[in-house]
Amino acid sequence: METNLASDHLQTIRTLMERSALYRRALAPVMIASGSVGLVAAIVALFARVESSRSFALYWLIVSVIAIAGAFLLVRRQALKDSEAFWSVPTKRVTEALLPAFFVGFAAGAYHIFSDPQATVWLLALGWIIVYGCAIHAAGFFMQNRMRLFGWMFILGGCGVLFASASWPALRTIQAAHYLMGGFFGVLHIACGIYLYFTETRRTAE
Amino acid sequence: MAIMSLLAASPQLSFTELRDTLQMTDGNITAHARTLHEAGYIAVTKAFQGGRQVTSYSLTAEGRTAFANYINLLEQIVQLSRPK
Repeated sequence: METNLASDHLQTIRTLMERSALYRRALAPVMIASGSVGLVAAIVALFARVESSRSFALYWLIVSVIAIAGAFLLVRRQALKDSEAFWSVPTKRVTEALLPAFFVGFAAGAYHIFSDPQATVWLLALGWIIVYGCAIHAAGFFMQNRMRLFGWMFILGGCGVLFASASWPALRTIQAAHYLMGGFFGVLHIACGIYLYFTETRRTAE
Repeated sequence: MAIMSLLAASPQLSFTELRDTLQMTDGNITAHARTLHEAGYIAVTKAFQGGRQVTSYSLTAEGRTAFANYINLLEQIVQLSRPK
């Protein structure tokens, strides 16, 4: 065998092995569903006057559990439809990549529920946004469709709002925190879902 | 080789995962998988999930060894031709 041919074969094998580990489920429905939950939750929170630190943390933790459960159900439905195992190796990898940051987010929320520190509730929202960005970025190494860029949007957006809050005290209120949650977890997810809907590779019909 | 490469990186892959990743036709995947199965390189598992039959493939110990040997051979060829 020629050297170039051997080298090409090794490169092809490497590419295929990397591709094998990638998560390939359609993310557009998951993003749109999660975004809709986030957006509706933010609107409800503003009207229902969720205004204490404890209620803010509890309310958004419940919303996140609903969104995560919904995402898992959608992924499971896709797996069943495609006659594939739900708990596949790529799904496990993505979940494992998401878990540490999600754990930090839940711990920060639990801290606010138990200690009710009024002054830092806006920081909790920003912390969630930034940590979620880190989670998506970590999971993005096992996914297609530029998910790491989506993670960076949360990280940079969250950091940007953090610095902006130094000049605009209005950003350090609980109402602003609801707007931020709705903007990042609602609007940004829906926008990403619409983008993915038009760009994700269509699966071959069986 | 493509099927072997994918299975070497994952403990198990379904028929649709193989087909979608390699963008091959159902018939092509079936034919290649059958050949590899007959050679003893891959194991085929059929199970029912949600009322539908799911066919999954995984490398056998023999297949993993053969794949590793093939990689070693390719690496040796590349190494031998490298200027020292």
